Amino acid sequence: MNTKYMDRVHKWGKVWNFSMLGIMLMFPIAAGVIFKALPDSKGLILGLIATAPMYWAVGIIETFTYIPMLGAGGSYLSFVTGNISNLKLPCALNALEQAGANANSEEGEVVSTIAIAVSSIVTTLIIILGVILITPLTPILQSPVLQPAFAQLIPALFGGLGVVFISKNWKISIAPAVLMLVLFIFLPALNAGTVGIMVPVSVLFTLAVSRFMYKKGMLD
Amino acid sequence: MEFDVNSPILFILSGIVIAAVLAQSVFFLVKAWKRGREIGMTPGKLKKIAVTAAIFTIAPAVAIVIGVITLSKDLGVPLPWLRLSVVGSLSYETIAATNAENAMGLTFGSVTNLTASQYVTIATVMTISIMVGIWLVPLVAKKVLGGMISLEKRDKKWAEIFSNSMFIGMIAAFLGFIFSDVSNIFKGSTAGLIPVCIMAISALVMCLAGLAVKKFKYHWISDYALPASLVLGMASAIPITAWLG
Repeated sequence: MNTKYMDRVHKWGKVWNFSMLGIMLMFPIAAGVIFKALPDSKGLILGLIATAPMYWAVGIIETFTYIPMLGAGGSYLSFVTGNISNLKLPCALNALEQAGANANSEEGEVVSTIAIAVSSIVTTLIIILGVILITPLTPILQSPVLQPAFAQLIPALFGGLGVVFISKNWKISIAPAVLMLVLFIFLPALNAGTVGIMVPVSVLFTLAVSRFMYKKGMLD
Repeated sequence: MEFDVNSPILFILSGIVIAAVLAQSVFFLVKAWKRGREIGMTPGKLKKIAVTAAIFTIAPAVAIVIGVITLSKDLGVPLPWLRLSVVGSLSYETIAATNAENAMGLTFGSVTNLTASQYVTIATVMTISIMVGIWLVPLVAKKVLGGMISLEKRDKKWAEIFSNSMFIGMIAAFLGFIFSDVSNIFKGSTAGLIPVCIMAISALVMCLAGLAVKKFKYHWISDYALPASLVLGMASAIPITAWLG
Protein backbone atom coordinates (compact mmCIF):
# COMPACT_ATOMS: atom_id res chain seq x y z
CA MET A 1 0.00 0.00 0.00
CA ASN A 2 1.41 3.41 -1.06
CA THR A 3 1.31 5.47 2.14
CA LYS A 4 1.83 8.75 0.25
CA TYR A 5 -1.45 8.26 -1.63
CA MET A 6 -3.22 7.19 1.56
CA ASP A 7 -1.87 10.24 3.41
CA ARG A 8 -3.30 12.45 0.66
CA VAL A 9 -6.70 10.70 0.90
CA HIS A 10 -6.79 11.37 4.66
CA LYS A 11 -5.82 15.01 4.09
CA TRP A 12 -8.56 15.49 1.47
CA GLY A 13 -11.04 13.66 3.67
CA LYS A 14 -10.35 15.92 6.66
CA VAL A 15 -10.80 19.08 4.58
CA TRP A 16 -13.99 17.83 2.90
CA ASN A 17 -15.66 16.35 5.98
CA PHE A 18 -15.02 19.30 8.30
CA SER A 19 -16.22 21.64 5.51
CA MET A 20 -19.35 19.52 5.08
CA LEU A 21 -19.96 19.73 8.83
CA GLY A 22 -20.10 23.52 8.55
CA ILE A 23 -22.20 23.49 5.38
CA MET A 24 -24.72 21.07 6.93
CA LEU A 25 -25.13 23.24 10.04
CA MET A 26 -25.75 26.18 7.70
CA PHE A 27 -29.23 24.89 6.78
CA PRO A 28 -31.03 25.28 10.14
CA ILE A 29 -29.06 28.47 10.93
CA ALA A 30 -29.82 30.08 7.56
CA ALA A 31 -33.49 29.03 7.74
CA GLY A 32 -33.71 30.63 11.20
CA VAL A 33 -32.06 33.88 10.03
CA ILE A 34 -34.13 34.15 6.81
CA PHE A 35 -37.47 33.52 8.54
CA LYS A 36 -36.40 35.40 11.71
CA ALA A 37 -37.19 32.38 13.87
CA LEU A 38 -35.36 30.95 16.87
CA PRO A 39 -35.68 27.26 17.72
CA ASP A 40 -38.30 26.38 20.32
CA SER A 41 -35.96 25.94 23.32
CA LYS A 42 -38.08 23.30 25.08
CA GLY A 43 -38.62 21.37 21.84
CA LEU A 44 -34.92 21.61 20.96
CA ILE A 45 -33.67 20.37 24.34
CA LEU A 46 -36.25 17.57 24.70
CA GLY A 47 -35.87 16.58 21.02
CA LEU A 48 -32.09 16.38 21.36
CA ILE A 49 -32.27 14.46 24.65
CA ALA A 50 -34.64 11.93 23.04
CA THR A 51 -32.56 11.55 19.87
CA ALA A 52 -28.93 12.57 20.15
CA PRO A 53 -27.49 10.30 22.90
CA MET A 54 -28.75 7.14 21.19
CA TYR A 55 -27.64 8.20 17.71
CA TRP A 56 -24.29 9.51 18.92
CA ALA A 57 -23.59 6.20 20.66
CA VAL A 58 -24.63 4.22 17.58
CA GLY A 59 -22.70 6.67 15.35
CA ILE A 60 -19.46 6.16 17.31
CA ILE A 61 -19.77 2.35 17.20
CA GLU A 62 -20.72 2.41 13.49
CA THR A 63 -17.73 4.60 12.67
CA PHE A 64 -15.24 2.13 14.15
CA THR A 65 -17.12 -0.87 12.65
CA TYR A 66 -17.48 0.42 9.10
CA ILE A 67 -14.15 2.21 8.50
CA PRO A 68 -12.12 -1.03 8.02
CA MET A 69 -14.79 -2.32 5.59
CA LEU A 70 -15.22 0.89 3.58
CA GLY A 71 -11.56 1.93 3.25
CA ALA A 72 -10.33 5.54 3.55
CA GLY A 73 -11.98 7.33 0.60
CA GLY A 74 -15.11 5.21 1.00
CA SER A 75 -15.39 6.12 4.71
CA TYR A 76 -15.04 9.87 4.18
CA LEU A 77 -17.72 9.76 1.49
CA SER A 78 -20.10 7.26 3.12
CA PHE A 79 -20.30 9.08 6.44
CA VAL A 80 -21.32 12.24 4.56
CA THR A 81 -23.76 10.67 2.10
CA GLY A 82 -25.34 8.11 4.48
CA ASN A 83 -27.31 4.93 3.76
CA ILE A 84 -24.20 2.87 4.57
CA SER A 85 -25.46 -0.62 5.47
CA ASN A 86 -28.37 -0.61 3.00
CA LEU A 87 -26.47 0.79 -0.01
CA LYS A 88 -22.86 2.02 0.15
CA LEU A 89 -21.26 -0.96 1.89
CA PRO A 90 -23.04 -3.67 -0.18
CA CYS A 91 -22.12 -1.67 -3.29
CA ALA A 92 -18.43 -1.57 -2.25
CA LEU A 93 -18.45 -5.27 -1.32
CA ASN A 94 -19.92 -6.19 -4.70
CA ALA A 95 -17.32 -4.06 -6.50
CA LEU A 96 -14.43 -5.65 -4.54
CA GLU A 97 -15.82 -9.09 -5.33
CA GLN A 98 -16.22 -8.31 -9.05
CA ALA A 99 -12.73 -6.83 -9.27
CA GLY A 100 -11.19 -9.66 -7.23
CA ALA A 101 -9.46 -7.03 -5.08
CA ASN A 102 -8.30 -7.39 -1.47
CA ALA A 103 -10.07 -4.82 0.75
CA ASN A 104 -6.77 -3.96 2.48
CA SER A 105 -4.80 -3.38 -0.75
CA GLU A 106 -4.41 -0.13 -2.67
CA GLU A 107 -6.44 -1.60 -5.52
CA GLY A 108 -9.19 -2.38 -2.99
CA GLU A 109 -9.05 1.22 -1.76
CA VAL A 110 -9.45 2.51 -5.34
CA VAL A 111 -12.26 0.04 -6.15
CA SER A 112 -14.34 0.78 -3.05
CA THR A 113 -13.87 4.57 -3.41
CA ILE A 114 -15.00 4.50 -7.06
CA ALA A 115 -18.02 2.28 -6.23
CA ILE A 116 -19.11 4.44 -3.30
CA ALA A 117 -18.53 7.73 -5.17
CA VAL A 118 -20.55 6.55 -8.19
CA SER A 119 -23.27 5.19 -5.90
CA SER A 120 -23.43 8.54 -4.06
CA ILE A 121 -23.63 10.50 -7.32
CA VAL A 122 -26.34 8.24 -8.79
CA THR A 123 -28.34 8.33 -5.53
CA THR A 124 -28.16 12.13 -5.37
CA LEU A 125 -29.23 12.49 -9.02
CA ILE A 126 -32.14 10.04 -8.64
CA ILE A 127 -33.36 11.88 -5.52
CA ILE A 128 -33.14 15.20 -7.44
CA LEU A 129 -35.19 13.63 -10.25
CA GLY A 130 -37.65 12.30 -7.66
CA VAL A 131 -38.00 15.76 -6.09
CA ILE A 132 -38.58 17.39 -9.51
CA LEU A 133 -41.17 14.74 -10.45
CA ILE A 134 -42.62 14.36 -6.94
CA THR A 135 -46.20 15.17 -7.97
CA PRO A 136 -46.58 12.57 -10.78
CA LEU A 137 -44.36 10.02 -8.94
CA THR A 138 -46.11 10.02 -5.55
CA PRO A 139 -49.22 8.02 -6.59
CA ILE A 140 -47.03 5.52 -8.51
CA LEU A 141 -44.36 4.91 -5.87
CA GLN A 142 -46.88 4.85 -3.03
CA SER A 143 -49.40 2.67 -4.86
CA PRO A 144 -50.49 -0.38 -2.82
CA VAL A 145 -49.19 -2.64 -5.63
CA LEU A 146 -45.60 -1.34 -5.58
CA GLN A 147 -45.27 -0.57 -1.86
CA PRO A 148 -44.36 -4.14 -0.77
CA ALA A 149 -41.43 -4.18 -3.24
CA PHE A 150 -39.76 -1.13 -1.68
CA ALA A 151 -40.61 -2.26 1.86
CA GLN A 152 -38.54 -5.43 1.30
CA LEU A 153 -35.28 -3.88 0.09
CA ILE A 154 -33.13 -5.39 2.88
CA PRO A 155 -34.10 -9.09 2.38
CA ALA A 156 -33.77 -8.70 -1.41
CA LEU A 157 -30.32 -7.16 -0.96
CA PHE A 158 -28.89 -9.49 1.66
CA GLY A 159 -30.19 -12.69 0.01
CA GLY A 160 -27.91 -12.24 -3.00
CA LEU A 161 -25.04 -10.71 -1.05
CA GLY A 162 -25.24 -13.44 1.61
CA VAL A 163 -24.90 -16.23 -0.97
CA VAL A 164 -21.70 -14.71 -2.36
CA PHE A 165 -19.95 -14.13 0.96
CA ILE A 166 -21.28 -17.05 3.02
CA SER A 167 -20.46 -19.59 0.27
CA LYS A 168 -16.85 -18.34 0.22
CA ASN A 169 -16.48 -18.13 4.01
CA TRP A 170 -18.90 -20.79 5.21
CA LYS A 171 -16.67 -22.01 8.05
CA ILE A 172 -16.65 -18.63 9.80
CA SER A 173 -20.31 -17.92 8.89
CA ILE A 174 -22.04 -20.72 10.79
CA ALA A 175 -21.57 -19.47 14.39
CA PRO A 176 -22.56 -15.79 13.82
CA ALA A 177 -25.50 -16.78 11.58
CA VAL A 178 -26.86 -19.18 14.23
CA LEU A 179 -26.32 -16.66 17.06
CA MET A 180 -28.04 -13.82 15.19
CA LEU A 181 -30.96 -16.04 14.10
CA VAL A 182 -31.54 -17.21 17.70
CA LEU A 183 -31.27 -13.67 19.11
CA PHE A 184 -33.54 -12.03 16.52
CA ILE A 185 -36.15 -14.80 16.57
CA PHE A 186 -36.41 -15.12 20.37
CA LEU A 187 -35.78 -11.55 21.58
CA PRO A 188 -38.75 -9.34 20.62
CA ALA A 189 -36.70 -6.19 21.35
CA LEU A 190 -34.53 -6.93 18.30
CA ASN A 191 -36.13 -5.51 15.16
CA ALA A 192 -35.59 -2.97 12.35
CA GLY A 193 -34.77 -0.26 14.88
CA THR A 194 -32.06 -2.24 16.65
CA VAL A 195 -30.35 -4.05 13.76
CA GLY A 196 -27.78 -1.22 13.52
CA ILE A 197 -26.72 -1.86 17.11
CA MET A 198 -26.46 -5.61 16.46
CA VAL A 199 -24.03 -5.20 13.51
CA PRO A 200 -21.02 -4.37 15.75
CA VAL A 201 -22.05 -7.13 18.19
CA SER A 202 -22.15 -9.65 15.36
CA VAL A 203 -18.87 -8.36 13.88
CA LEU A 204 -17.04 -8.69 17.23
CA PHE A 205 -18.47 -12.19 17.77
CA THR A 206 -17.43 -13.29 14.27
CA LEU A 207 -13.91 -11.91 14.79
CA ALA A 208 -13.60 -13.82 18.08
CA VAL A 209 -14.83 -17.09 16.51
CA SER A 210 -12.57 -16.63 13.47
CA ARG A 211 -9.54 -15.93 15.66
CA PHE A 212 -10.21 -19.07 17.68
CA MET A 213 -10.64 -21.19 14.51
CA TYR A 214 -7.54 -19.63 12.93
CA LYS A 215 -5.39 -20.35 16.00
CA LYS A 216 -6.70 -23.94 16.11
CA GLY A 217 -5.79 -24.42 12.43
CA MET A 218 -9.42 -24.89 11.41
CA LEU A 219 -9.23 -22.35 8.57
CA ASP A 220 -6.30 -23.85 6.66
CA MET B 1 -40.41 36.63 4.40
CA GLU B 2 -43.49 34.49 5.09
CA PHE B 3 -42.63 30.94 6.14
CA ASP B 4 -43.68 27.91 4.14
CA VAL B 5 -42.21 24.38 4.41
CA ASN B 6 -41.88 24.39 0.61
CA SER B 7 -40.51 27.92 0.30
CA PRO B 8 -38.22 28.38 -2.76
CA ILE B 9 -35.44 29.70 -0.49
CA LEU B 10 -35.44 26.37 1.41
CA PHE B 11 -35.03 24.53 -1.90
CA ILE B 12 -32.05 26.80 -2.67
CA LEU B 13 -30.46 26.15 0.75
CA SER B 14 -30.91 22.37 0.37
CA GLY B 15 -29.60 22.59 -3.20
CA ILE B 16 -26.40 24.31 -2.01
CA VAL B 17 -25.64 21.59 0.56
CA ILE B 18 -26.46 18.79 -1.90
CA ALA B 19 -24.26 20.41 -4.58
CA ALA B 20 -21.37 20.37 -2.08
CA VAL B 21 -21.95 16.66 -1.40
CA LEU B 22 -22.05 15.98 -5.13
CA ALA B 23 -18.78 17.89 -5.52
CA GLN B 24 -17.13 15.76 -2.80
CA SER B 25 -18.26 12.54 -4.53
CA VAL B 26 -16.94 13.75 -7.91
CA PHE B 27 -13.64 14.82 -6.28
CA PHE B 28 -13.03 11.41 -4.70
CA LEU B 29 -14.14 9.63 -7.88
CA VAL B 30 -11.61 11.56 -10.00
CA LYS B 31 -8.77 11.05 -7.50
CA ALA B 32 -9.44 7.30 -7.14
CA TRP B 33 -9.78 6.90 -10.92
CA LYS B 34 -6.41 8.63 -11.49
CA ARG B 35 -4.77 6.49 -8.79
CA GLY B 36 -6.28 3.37 -10.34
CA ARG B 37 -4.68 4.25 -13.68
CA GLU B 38 -1.33 4.94 -11.95
CA ILE B 39 -1.26 1.50 -10.30
CA GLY B 40 -2.02 -0.20 -13.61
CA MET B 41 -5.79 -0.70 -13.60
CA THR B 42 -7.19 -0.50 -17.13
CA PRO B 43 -9.85 2.07 -18.09
CA GLY B 44 -12.12 -0.87 -18.96
CA LYS B 45 -11.83 -2.33 -15.47
CA LEU B 46 -12.46 1.05 -13.83
CA LYS B 47 -15.44 1.71 -16.08
CA LYS B 48 -16.89 -1.71 -15.22
CA ILE B 49 -16.67 -0.94 -11.49
CA ALA B 50 -18.45 2.39 -12.03
CA VAL B 51 -21.20 0.98 -14.29
CA THR B 52 -21.92 -1.95 -11.95
CA ALA B 53 -22.12 0.42 -8.95
CA ALA B 54 -24.47 2.74 -10.85
CA ILE B 55 -26.83 -0.07 -11.88
CA PHE B 56 -26.81 -1.57 -8.39
CA THR B 57 -27.74 1.81 -6.86
CA ILE B 58 -30.91 2.48 -8.88
CA ALA B 59 -33.43 0.37 -6.91
CA PRO B 60 -32.23 1.40 -3.40
CA ALA B 61 -32.15 5.06 -4.56
CA VAL B 62 -35.80 4.85 -5.68
CA ALA B 63 -36.61 3.49 -2.20
CA ILE B 64 -34.94 6.62 -0.76
CA VAL B 65 -37.19 8.81 -2.99
CA ILE B 66 -40.16 7.10 -1.31
CA GLY B 67 -38.65 8.14 2.02
CA VAL B 68 -38.56 11.77 0.81
CA ILE B 69 -42.24 11.53 -0.17
CA THR B 70 -43.16 10.00 3.23
CA LEU B 71 -41.39 12.70 5.25
CA SER B 72 -42.55 15.53 2.96
CA LYS B 73 -46.11 15.21 4.26
CA ASP B 74 -45.04 16.79 7.57
CA LEU B 75 -41.88 18.66 6.67
CA GLY B 76 -42.33 19.78 3.05
CA VAL B 77 -39.91 18.65 0.33
CA PRO B 78 -36.63 20.62 0.91
CA LEU B 79 -35.74 19.28 4.39
CA PRO B 80 -36.38 15.55 3.65
CA TRP B 81 -34.59 16.01 0.30
CA LEU B 82 -31.57 17.35 2.18
CA ARG B 83 -31.69 14.90 5.09
CA LEU B 84 -31.96 11.82 2.86
CA SER B 85 -29.28 13.05 0.42
CA VAL B 86 -26.79 13.85 3.20
CA VAL B 87 -26.03 11.30 5.96
CA GLY B 88 -29.57 10.32 6.85
CA SER B 89 -31.72 7.29 6.25
CA LEU B 90 -35.52 7.04 6.39
CA SER B 91 -35.66 5.12 9.68
CA TYR B 92 -33.30 7.54 11.43
CA GLU B 93 -34.90 10.71 10.08
CA THR B 94 -38.40 9.50 10.94
CA ILE B 95 -37.37 8.87 14.56
CA ALA B 96 -35.52 12.21 14.81
CA ALA B 97 -38.47 14.15 13.32
CA THR B 98 -40.97 12.27 15.54
CA ASN B 99 -38.94 13.02 18.71
CA ALA B 100 -38.60 16.71 17.80
CA GLU B 101 -42.31 17.01 16.93
CA ASN B 102 -43.40 15.16 20.11
CA ALA B 103 -41.24 17.49 22.20
CA MET B 104 -43.32 20.40 20.83
CA GLY B 105 -46.65 18.61 21.35
CA LEU B 106 -47.08 17.67 17.67
CA THR B 107 -47.85 14.22 16.26
CA PHE B 108 -45.73 12.84 13.41
CA GLY B 109 -47.77 12.17 10.27
CA SER B 110 -50.55 14.62 11.10
CA VAL B 111 -48.78 17.98 11.12
CA THR B 112 -50.27 20.47 8.70
CA ASN B 113 -48.95 23.98 9.36
CA LEU B 114 -45.51 24.10 10.93
CA THR B 115 -44.35 27.49 12.18
CA ALA B 116 -40.85 28.71 11.24
CA SER B 117 -39.69 28.17 14.85
CA GLN B 118 -40.98 24.57 14.90
CA TYR B 119 -39.34 23.92 11.51
CA VAL B 120 -35.96 25.29 12.63
CA THR B 121 -36.21 23.19 15.81
CA ILE B 122 -36.88 19.97 13.86
CA ALA B 123 -34.12 20.73 11.33
CA THR B 124 -31.62 21.43 14.15
CA VAL B 125 -32.48 18.22 16.04
CA MET B 126 -32.20 16.15 12.85
CA THR B 127 -28.90 17.77 11.84
CA ILE B 128 -27.06 17.74 15.17
CA SER B 129 -28.09 14.19 16.10
CA ILE B 130 -26.80 12.60 12.89
CA MET B 131 -23.44 14.33 12.62
CA VAL B 132 -21.14 12.01 14.60
CA GLY B 133 -19.64 10.10 11.67
CA ILE B 134 -18.80 13.23 9.66
CA TRP B 135 -16.38 14.61 12.29
CA LEU B 136 -15.32 11.32 13.88
CA VAL B 137 -14.10 9.70 10.63
CA PRO B 138 -11.46 12.40 9.98
CA LEU B 139 -10.25 12.03 13.56
CA VAL B 140 -9.91 8.23 13.66
CA ALA B 141 -9.83 6.84 10.09
CA LYS B 142 -6.05 7.10 9.66
CA LYS B 143 -5.39 5.28 12.93
CA VAL B 144 -7.98 2.54 12.33
CA LEU B 145 -6.83 1.88 8.76
CA GLY B 146 -3.17 2.11 9.83
CA GLY B 147 -3.96 -0.72 12.24
CA MET B 148 -5.38 -2.76 9.36
CA ILE B 149 -2.23 -2.15 7.26
CA SER B 150 0.14 -3.20 10.06
CA LEU B 151 -2.04 -6.27 10.66
CA GLU B 152 -1.66 -7.10 6.94
CA LYS B 153 2.15 -6.76 7.26
CA ARG B 154 2.30 -8.94 10.40
CA ASP B 155 0.04 -11.78 9.26
CA LYS B 156 -1.40 -11.58 5.74
CA LYS B 157 -3.66 -14.60 6.10
CA TRP B 158 -5.19 -13.42 9.39
CA ALA B 159 -5.69 -9.92 7.91
CA GLU B 160 -7.71 -11.46 5.08
CA ILE B 161 -9.77 -13.56 7.51
CA PHE B 162 -10.22 -10.43 9.68
CA SER B 163 -11.72 -8.48 6.74
CA ASN B 164 -13.97 -11.36 5.70
CA SER B 165 -15.10 -11.81 9.31
CA MET B 166 -16.21 -8.17 9.47
CA PHE B 167 -18.24 -8.58 6.27
CA ILE B 168 -19.75 -11.86 7.49
CA GLY B 169 -20.57 -10.31 10.88
CA MET B 170 -22.56 -7.56 9.19
CA ILE B 171 -24.36 -9.98 6.85
CA ALA B 172 -25.20 -12.29 9.81
CA ALA B 173 -26.81 -9.39 11.72
CA PHE B 174 -29.07 -8.58 8.75
CA LEU B 175 -29.82 -12.29 8.27
CA GLY B 176 -31.07 -12.39 11.87
CA PHE B 177 -33.14 -9.25 11.27
CA ILE B 178 -34.82 -10.85 8.23
CA PHE B 179 -36.03 -13.70 10.49
CA SER B 180 -37.06 -11.39 13.37
CA ASP B 181 -40.84 -11.73 12.86
CA VAL B 182 -40.88 -15.45 12.01
CA SER B 183 -42.09 -16.41 15.51
CA ASN B 184 -45.37 -14.56 14.80
CA ILE B 185 -46.37 -17.68 12.89
CA PHE B 186 -47.27 -19.21 16.30
CA LYS B 187 -49.72 -16.34 16.76
CA GLY B 188 -51.36 -17.19 13.41
CA SER B 189 -49.64 -14.48 11.31
CA THR B 190 -47.64 -15.58 8.28
CA ALA B 191 -46.46 -12.04 7.47
CA GLY B 192 -43.14 -12.71 9.22
CA LEU B 193 -42.30 -15.22 6.50
CA ILE B 194 -42.47 -12.54 3.75
CA PRO B 195 -38.88 -11.23 4.17
CA VAL B 196 -37.58 -14.81 4.54
CA CYS B 197 -39.18 -15.87 1.22
CA ILE B 198 -37.87 -12.75 -0.54
CA MET B 199 -34.37 -13.37 0.79
CA ALA B 200 -34.62 -16.99 -0.46
CA ILE B 201 -35.65 -15.84 -3.95
CA SER B 202 -32.85 -13.28 -4.09
CA ALA B 203 -30.38 -15.97 -2.95
CA LEU B 204 -31.76 -18.39 -5.57
CA VAL B 205 -31.28 -15.82 -8.36
CA MET B 206 -27.69 -15.32 -7.22
CA CYS B 207 -27.10 -19.13 -7.18
CA LEU B 208 -28.52 -19.47 -10.71
CA ALA B 209 -26.31 -16.61 -11.90
CA GLY B 210 -23.29 -18.31 -10.34
CA LEU B 211 -24.24 -21.57 -12.05
CA ALA B 212 -24.59 -19.83 -15.43
CA VAL B 213 -21.12 -18.31 -15.02
CA LYS B 214 -19.48 -21.59 -13.95
CA LYS B 215 -21.23 -24.10 -16.23
CA PHE B 216 -21.89 -22.05 -19.35
CA LYS B 217 -19.06 -19.49 -19.03
CA TYR B 218 -21.48 -16.54 -19.27
CA HIS B 219 -19.05 -14.26 -17.43
CA TRP B 220 -20.97 -11.07 -18.21
CA ILE B 221 -23.77 -12.31 -15.94
CA SER B 222 -21.59 -11.90 -12.85
CA ASP B 223 -21.51 -8.09 -13.40
CA TYR B 224 -25.29 -7.89 -13.11
CA ALA B 225 -25.96 -10.76 -10.69
CA LEU B 226 -26.34 -8.66 -7.52
CA PRO B 227 -28.53 -5.92 -9.09
CA ALA B 228 -30.65 -8.67 -10.72
CA SER B 229 -31.07 -10.62 -7.45
CA LEU B 230 -32.02 -7.34 -5.73
CA VAL B 231 -34.63 -6.28 -8.30
CA LEU B 232 -36.13 -9.77 -8.75
CA GLY B 233 -36.24 -10.20 -4.96
CA MET B 234 -38.05 -6.86 -4.62
CA ALA B 235 -40.44 -7.74 -7.48
CA SER B 236 -41.25 -11.08 -5.85
CA ALA B 237 -42.35 -9.14 -2.74
CA ILE B 238 -45.49 -8.05 -4.61
CA PRO B 239 -47.08 -11.56 -5.05
CA ILE B 240 -45.52 -12.92 -1.82
CA THR B 241 -46.99 -10.09 0.26
CA ALA B 242 -50.38 -10.61 -1.38
CA TRP B 243 -50.12 -14.31 -0.50
CA LEU B 244 -48.69 -14.21 3.06
CA GLY B 245 -49.48 -10.67 4.21
